[in-house]
Amino acid sequence: MRTYTVDVLVVGGGAAGMAAAAAAAREGARTVLLERGERLGGVLEQCIHPGFGLHRYREELTGPEFAHRMRQELDDSGAEVFTGATVLEILPDGPAVKVVSPKGLKKFRPRAVVWAVGARERPFGALRIPGTRPSGVFTAGLAQRLLDLEGLLPGRRAVILGSGDIGLIMARRLHLEGVEVRAVLEIQPFPGGLTRNVVQCLRDFGIPLLLSHTVAEVHGRERLEGITAVRVDEHRHPIPGTERRIEADTLILSVGLIPEVRLIEDTVPLDPVNRGPRVNGRLQTEVPWLFAAGNCVAVFDLVDTVAELGERAGASAARYARGDLPSGKPVPLVRGENVVSLVPSCLDGTAESARMYLRVPRPMEGVTVDVGGVVRRRVPVARPAEMIEIPLDGDALSELSQKERIVVEVKPK
Amino acid sequence: MTEKKLVCVSCPMGCELTVVLEGKKIVSVSGNRCPRGEEYARSEAVEPRRVLMTLVRVEGGRDRVVSVKTDRPIPLRLFPEAMARVRELSVRAPVTIGTVIEENFLSTGANLVTTRPAR
Repeated sequence: MRTYTVDVLVVGGGAAGMAAAAAAAREGARTVLLERGERLGGVLEQCIHPGFGLHRYREELTGPEFAHRMRQELDDSGAEVFTGATVLEILPDGPAVKVVSPKGLKKFRPRAVVWAVGARERPFGALRIPGTRPSGVFTAGLAQRLLDLEGLLPGRRAVILGSGDIGLIMARRLHLEGVEVRAVLEIQPFPGGLTRNVVQCLRDFGIPLLLSHTVAEVHGRERLEGITAVRVDEHRHPIPGTERRIEADTLILSVGLIPEVRLIEDTVPLDPVNRGPRVNGRLQTEVPWLFAAGNCVAVFDLVDTVAELGERAGASAARYARGDLPSGKPVPLVRGENVVSLVPSCLDGTAESARMYLRVPRPMEGVTVDVGGVVRRRVPVARPAEMIEIPLDGDALSELSQKERIVVEVKPK
Repeated sequence: MTEKKLVCVSCPMGCELTVVLEGKKIVSVSGNRCPRGEEYARSEAVEPRRVLMTLVRVEGGRDRVVSVKTDRPIPLRLFPEAMARVRELSVRAPVTIGTVIEENFLSTGANLVTTRPAR
């Protein structure tokens, strides 16, 4: 088995990984990026709608266009790229990373690793919906891949469960390609995605959105024939007598993303709510040589944010590799009321600046985000679909870094 | 006089707007909490425009389709016609990103361009 010694090894060739590898290489680190697929870009490649890059490039790009620009930055940085390369195992001693690729097994001995493998979709099996198990049930990302990368229609008449942004985007894409989208069902009493997407993906085309509804049963033997939709109460329990059958040959699921941590979950402590590794403001996990960025840390809204975190992680990893990353006493960030996702999990007291990202559990108006009683920020409208981003720097960051713990809470009006 | 209800998407506030129209002329906009709301209502009530994103068939390559978009927003009401036109189009592999597939698409002034390379 051939062994490669590198400064920084980046795992994952999506937006976070490309940004991390480019940043590490620009810092002068000998950097290798591993991607298990044939092309770089991750999920961006199949997101052919516009709406990407408004922060990073100050213009509105489609996913593949955003990926193309990142690829150019990566190529300019001098980082080396291996595609078709799948990580089999991470050995904490060393550390060492075992990789299989079309050219056989390889072993990497990196000084630092950036984990940037993204998230996976919650599958059908996790929903425990009664009924048969016919073909014709797809996660939204799989349907998107089939349609927008491979040019294959998943079906003719579709129902979409879940109104997260991917579900809404797929409703529009399927409608445009001639699939009859019968309805989008959302179990919560409010849409899961951005208002902009509700307007531009559903209302523009007259696609019904049924709030407080879910799928009670799946019908069909070989192929899906229909579903039973049902209204739910405030505890998400089906209300008897509200069932109705909707004929469809395709059910698309947009029911959440889960950070991918399988190969590192025995090595690093995870955050139970984010479901990704606990990281500090420099994207360093509690295992000092392991950094993480992007949707494998927590699920973010914008690729612009993911790329920025990737850069931060890559630059931190390069500094760690050359023994130049300061480390202080970690101060944990603790969830107070109305905080679900929260990144980072701690501040290490030596960073000059950090950015905090948090998500509220339900739509709220006129709230104040309070960070350890030091930073307060009024937010007129807070929605679960939109992360709140708070920069921490200067005197406020120094004051927070002196604390034992920092409680982050969202206070109602 | 007719009344149109819209939700402003310029920012997360999501103001519910009411636009009063006389034919194609806007008489009043209400419900907005800032000037961007009025601007949004004025363009949206008369002629909503959107960027169209879809796929064009690729001939003689490994990829079956290539993603395309209009390089500026086109009237939303033209979308059915636009999709019918796109289905007639094809392109020979290889193509680079940013290739113009059709100039002045449906006489809208927008070009239909590829958003990724195809092999």
